[in-house]
Amino acid sequence: MLSCKESTHLLSEALDRPLGTGERIKLEMHLLICNGCRNYRYQMDFLRAACKNFTSRNEAGDDESGKKPTE
Amino acid sequence: MLIDNEFIEAVRRDMLKFAQLQLRDAALAEDAVQDALTAALTSERSFAGRSAFKTWVFGILRNKIVDLIRQNSRTTNISSLSDDEQAMDESFDALFNNSDHWQSNNRPQNWGNPEESLREQRFWEVFEICLNHLPENTARVFMMREFLEFETAEVCSELAISVSNCNVILHRARNGLRRCLEGSWFAPGERRC
Repeated sequence: MLSCKESTHLLSEALDRPLGTGERIKLEMHLLICNGCRNYRYQMDFLRAACKNFTSRNEAGDDESGKKPTE
Repeated sequence: MLIDNEFIEAVRRDMLKFAQLQLRDAALAEDAVQDALTAALTSERSFAGRSAFKTWVFGILRNKIVDLIRQNSRTTNISSLSDDEQAMDESFDALFNNSDHWQSNNRPQNWGNPEESLREQRFWEVFEICLNHLPENTARVFMMREFLEFETAEVCSELAISVSNCNVILHRARNGLRRCLEGSWFAPGERRC
Protein backbone atom coordinates (compact mmCIF):
# COMPACT_ATOMS: atom_id res chain seq x y z
CA MET A 1 0.00 0.00 0.00
CA LEU A 2 1.31 3.39 -0.99
CA SER A 3 1.76 5.97 1.74
CA CYS A 4 0.62 9.55 1.23
CA LYS A 5 4.19 10.72 1.17
CA GLU A 6 5.11 8.26 -1.57
CA SER A 7 2.05 9.20 -3.50
CA THR A 8 3.03 12.90 -3.49
CA HIS A 9 6.30 11.91 -5.15
CA LEU A 10 4.51 9.94 -7.84
CA LEU A 11 2.01 12.75 -8.37
CA SER A 12 4.86 15.16 -8.95
CA GLU A 13 6.74 12.76 -11.22
CA ALA A 14 3.59 12.18 -13.23
CA LEU A 15 4.07 15.74 -14.50
CA ASP A 16 7.50 14.83 -15.81
CA ARG A 17 7.29 11.30 -17.13
CA PRO A 18 4.64 8.69 -17.92
CA LEU A 19 4.21 6.49 -14.87
CA GLY A 20 4.59 2.75 -15.25
CA THR A 21 1.53 0.50 -15.11
CA GLY A 22 2.38 -0.74 -11.63
CA GLU A 23 2.88 2.77 -10.35
CA ARG A 24 -0.38 3.93 -11.88
CA ILE A 25 -2.36 1.12 -10.32
CA LYS A 26 -0.89 1.69 -6.87
CA LEU A 27 -1.53 5.39 -7.18
CA GLU A 28 -5.12 5.02 -8.37
CA MET A 29 -5.86 2.63 -5.51
CA HIS A 30 -4.45 5.09 -3.05
CA LEU A 31 -6.35 8.03 -4.52
CA LEU A 32 -9.61 6.12 -4.23
CA ILE A 33 -9.36 6.17 -0.49
CA CYS A 34 -7.38 9.33 0.14
CA ASN A 35 -9.02 12.70 -0.10
CA GLY A 36 -5.84 14.63 0.80
CA CYS A 37 -3.90 13.08 -2.05
CA ARG A 38 -6.74 13.66 -4.47
CA ASN A 39 -6.58 17.34 -3.56
CA TYR A 40 -2.81 17.17 -3.95
CA ARG A 41 -3.21 15.82 -7.45
CA TYR A 42 -5.54 18.68 -8.45
CA GLN A 43 -3.12 21.11 -6.93
CA MET A 44 -0.23 19.69 -8.97
CA ASP A 45 -2.30 19.95 -12.15
CA PHE A 46 -3.22 23.48 -11.23
CA LEU A 47 0.44 24.43 -10.72
CA ARG A 48 1.27 23.18 -14.18
CA ALA A 49 -1.64 25.15 -15.64
CA ALA A 50 -0.67 28.27 -13.70
CA CYS A 51 2.92 28.11 -14.97
CA LYS A 52 1.76 27.79 -18.56
CA ASN A 53 -0.62 30.65 -18.04
CA PHE A 54 2.11 32.74 -16.44
CA THR A 55 4.42 32.41 -19.43
CA SER A 56 1.73 32.97 -21.99
CA ARG A 57 0.45 36.03 -20.12
CA ASN A 58 3.95 37.41 -20.16
CA GLU A 59 4.77 36.58 -23.70
CA ALA A 60 1.50 37.02 -25.44
CA GLY A 61 1.75 40.26 -27.29
CA ASP A 62 -1.74 40.96 -26.05
CA ASP A 63 -2.12 44.04 -28.12
CA GLU A 64 -4.24 45.52 -25.38
CA SER A 65 -1.48 45.54 -22.82
CA GLY A 66 0.18 48.40 -24.64
CA LYS A 67 -2.65 50.76 -23.99
CA LYS A 68 -3.11 50.84 -20.31
CA PRO A 69 -2.08 53.48 -18.06
CA THR A 70 -4.66 52.41 -15.50
CA GLU A 71 -5.40 54.95 -12.91
CA MET B 1 5.45 50.00 -38.03
CA LEU B 2 3.42 49.77 -34.85
CA ILE B 3 6.39 49.24 -32.59
CA ASP B 4 6.78 52.47 -30.70
CA ASN B 5 8.71 53.36 -27.58
CA GLU B 6 5.79 52.85 -25.29
CA PHE B 7 5.28 49.33 -26.58
CA ILE B 8 8.98 48.52 -26.29
CA GLU B 9 8.96 49.75 -22.70
CA ALA B 10 6.04 47.47 -21.85
CA VAL B 11 7.73 44.49 -23.47
CA ARG B 12 10.94 45.33 -21.70
CA ARG B 13 9.20 45.31 -18.32
CA ASP B 14 7.69 41.89 -18.96
CA MET B 15 11.03 40.56 -20.16
CA LEU B 16 12.84 41.89 -17.13
CA LYS B 17 10.37 40.29 -14.77
CA PHE B 18 10.73 36.97 -16.56
CA ALA B 19 14.53 37.11 -16.64
CA GLN B 20 14.87 38.26 -13.07
CA LEU B 21 12.68 35.50 -11.69
CA GLN B 22 14.93 32.94 -13.28
CA LEU B 23 18.34 34.49 -12.98
CA ARG B 24 17.86 36.17 -9.60
CA ASP B 25 20.46 38.70 -10.50
CA ALA B 26 19.32 42.17 -11.52
CA ALA B 27 22.42 43.04 -13.54
CA LEU B 28 22.49 39.74 -15.41
CA ALA B 29 18.79 39.99 -16.15
CA GLU B 30 19.18 43.56 -17.37
CA ASP B 31 21.99 42.53 -19.74
CA ALA B 32 20.09 39.54 -21.08
CA VAL B 33 17.03 41.68 -21.79
CA GLN B 34 19.09 44.41 -23.41
CA ASP B 35 20.90 41.92 -25.65
CA ALA B 36 17.67 40.26 -26.70
CA LEU B 37 15.96 43.57 -27.46
CA THR B 38 18.92 44.87 -29.41
CA ALA B 39 19.07 41.69 -31.44
CA ALA B 40 15.38 41.93 -32.20
CA LEU B 41 15.32 45.63 -33.02
CA THR B 42 18.34 45.56 -35.28
CA SER B 43 17.27 42.50 -37.20
CA GLU B 44 16.09 42.87 -40.75
CA ARG B 45 13.09 40.74 -40.07
CA SER B 46 9.67 42.21 -40.34
CA PHE B 47 6.87 41.21 -38.04
CA ALA B 48 3.23 40.70 -38.72
CA GLY B 49 2.37 42.67 -35.61
CA ARG B 50 3.18 43.36 -32.02
CA SER B 51 2.35 39.83 -30.90
CA ALA B 52 4.72 38.32 -33.42
CA PHE B 53 7.45 40.70 -32.32
CA LYS B 54 6.97 39.96 -28.65
CA THR B 55 6.92 36.23 -29.17
CA TRP B 56 10.11 36.47 -31.17
CA VAL B 57 12.01 38.65 -28.73
CA PHE B 58 10.97 36.39 -25.86
CA GLY B 59 12.37 33.47 -27.83
CA ILE B 60 15.72 35.21 -27.98
CA LEU B 61 15.51 35.99 -24.28
CA ARG B 62 14.81 32.37 -23.40
CA ASN B 63 17.93 31.30 -25.26
CA LYS B 64 19.99 33.90 -23.44
CA ILE B 65 18.66 32.75 -20.10
CA VAL B 66 19.47 29.16 -20.94
CA ASP B 67 23.03 30.13 -21.93
CA LEU B 68 23.52 31.99 -18.67
CA ILE B 69 22.16 29.10 -16.64
CA ARG B 70 24.53 26.76 -18.48
CA GLN B 71 27.53 28.93 -17.75
CA ASN B 72 26.47 29.30 -14.17
CA SER B 73 25.93 25.58 -13.67
CA ARG B 74 29.61 24.93 -14.31
CA THR B 75 30.55 26.86 -11.22
CA THR B 76 27.71 26.04 -8.81
CA ASN B 77 26.78 22.72 -7.39
CA ILE B 78 23.04 22.47 -7.87
CA SER B 79 22.70 19.24 -5.95
CA SER B 80 24.19 20.46 -2.70
CA LEU B 81 21.45 21.16 -0.21
CA SER B 82 21.19 24.71 1.16
CA ASP B 83 19.83 25.44 4.63
CA ASP B 84 16.63 26.75 3.08
CA GLU B 85 16.15 23.56 1.14
CA GLN B 86 16.86 21.47 4.19
CA ALA B 87 14.25 23.47 6.07
CA MET B 88 11.71 22.93 3.30
CA ASP B 89 12.28 19.19 3.45
CA GLU B 90 11.87 19.17 7.20
CA SER B 91 8.65 21.11 7.06
CA PHE B 92 7.40 18.75 4.35
CA ASP B 93 8.19 15.72 6.52
CA ALA B 94 6.34 17.34 9.40
CA LEU B 95 3.10 17.19 7.40
CA PHE B 96 3.00 13.42 7.86
CA ASN B 97 2.53 11.06 10.77
CA ASN B 98 4.70 8.07 11.60
CA SER B 99 3.21 5.94 8.88
CA ASP B 100 3.73 8.69 6.29
CA HIS B 101 0.09 9.60 5.97
CA TRP B 102 -1.15 13.19 6.23
CA GLN B 103 -1.62 14.57 9.70
CA SER B 104 -5.28 15.48 9.75
CA ASN B 105 -4.71 19.24 10.03
CA ASN B 106 -2.12 19.22 7.26
CA ARG B 107 -4.13 17.40 4.66
CA PRO B 108 -4.09 19.24 1.32
CA GLN B 109 -7.29 21.18 0.98
CA ASN B 110 -9.81 21.49 -1.77
CA TRP B 111 -9.04 24.69 -3.68
CA GLY B 112 -12.44 24.85 -5.30
CA ASN B 113 -12.14 26.24 -8.81
CA PRO B 114 -8.58 27.54 -8.73
CA GLU B 115 -8.66 28.32 -12.47
CA GLU B 116 -10.80 31.32 -11.65
CA SER B 117 -7.85 32.81 -9.83
CA LEU B 118 -5.87 32.89 -13.05
CA ARG B 119 -7.92 35.89 -14.09
CA GLU B 120 -7.10 37.87 -10.98
CA GLN B 121 -4.18 40.24 -10.95
CA ARG B 122 -3.76 39.77 -7.18
CA PHE B 123 -3.30 36.04 -7.67
CA TRP B 124 -0.35 36.64 -9.97
CA GLU B 125 1.24 38.91 -7.42
CA VAL B 126 0.97 36.16 -4.82
CA PHE B 127 2.24 33.61 -7.33
CA GLU B 128 5.35 35.66 -8.02
CA ILE B 129 6.05 36.19 -4.36
CA CYS B 130 5.78 32.43 -3.83
CA LEU B 131 8.17 31.78 -6.72
CA ASN B 132 10.63 34.27 -5.32
CA HIS B 133 10.49 32.53 -1.98
CA LEU B 134 11.81 29.28 -3.41
CA PRO B 135 15.51 28.74 -2.70
CA GLU B 136 17.66 29.61 -5.69
CA ASN B 137 18.63 26.18 -6.98
CA THR B 138 15.20 24.74 -6.36
CA ALA B 139 13.68 27.63 -8.28
CA ARG B 140 16.14 27.25 -11.12
CA VAL B 141 15.32 23.60 -11.74
CA PHE B 142 11.61 24.25 -11.43
CA MET B 143 11.61 27.19 -13.81
CA MET B 144 13.72 25.38 -16.38
CA ARG B 145 11.13 22.67 -16.37
CA GLU B 146 7.99 24.80 -16.23
CA PHE B 147 8.88 28.12 -17.85
CA LEU B 148 11.62 27.19 -20.28
CA GLU B 149 9.83 23.89 -20.88
CA PHE B 150 12.81 21.61 -20.86
CA GLU B 151 12.17 17.90 -20.57
CA THR B 152 13.27 16.62 -17.18
CA ALA B 153 16.11 14.66 -18.76
CA GLU B 154 17.42 17.84 -20.38
CA VAL B 155 17.25 19.78 -17.14
CA CYS B 156 19.30 17.06 -15.45
CA SER B 157 21.93 16.93 -18.13
CA GLU B 158 22.21 20.72 -18.45
CA LEU B 159 22.72 21.06 -14.73
CA ALA B 160 24.70 17.85 -14.33
CA ILE B 161 22.42 16.27 -11.74
CA SER B 162 20.90 12.81 -11.65
CA VAL B 163 17.32 12.16 -12.69
CA SER B 164 16.33 11.11 -9.21
CA ASN B 165 17.82 14.27 -7.79
CA CYS B 166 15.95 16.28 -10.38
CA ASN B 167 12.72 14.60 -9.32
CA VAL B 168 13.42 15.36 -5.69
CA ILE B 169 14.08 19.01 -6.47
CA LEU B 170 10.95 19.39 -8.62
CA HIS B 171 8.86 17.76 -5.93
CA ARG B 172 10.34 20.12 -3.34
CA ALA B 173 9.59 23.14 -5.52
CA ARG B 174 6.03 22.09 -6.26
CA ASN B 175 5.34 21.34 -2.67
CA GLY B 176 6.78 24.67 -1.59
CA LEU B 177 4.63 26.52 -4.09
CA ARG B 178 1.59 24.51 -3.20
CA ARG B 179 1.91 25.37 0.46
CA CYS B 180 2.71 28.99 -0.21
CA LEU B 181 -0.39 29.35 -2.41
CA GLU B 182 -2.55 27.43 0.01
CA GLY B 183 -1.41 29.55 2.93
CA SER B 184 -1.57 32.90 1.18
CA TRP B 185 -4.32 32.57 -1.34
CA PHE B 186 -6.56 29.52 -1.31
CA ALA B 187 -7.14 28.84 2.34
CA PRO B 188 -5.53 31.49 4.44
CA GLY B 189 -6.91 30.19 7.72
CA GLU B 190 -5.56 32.83 10.01
CA ARG B 191 -5.57 35.76 7.67
CA ARG B 192 -8.14 38.24 8.76
CA CYS B 193 -7.36 41.80 8.04
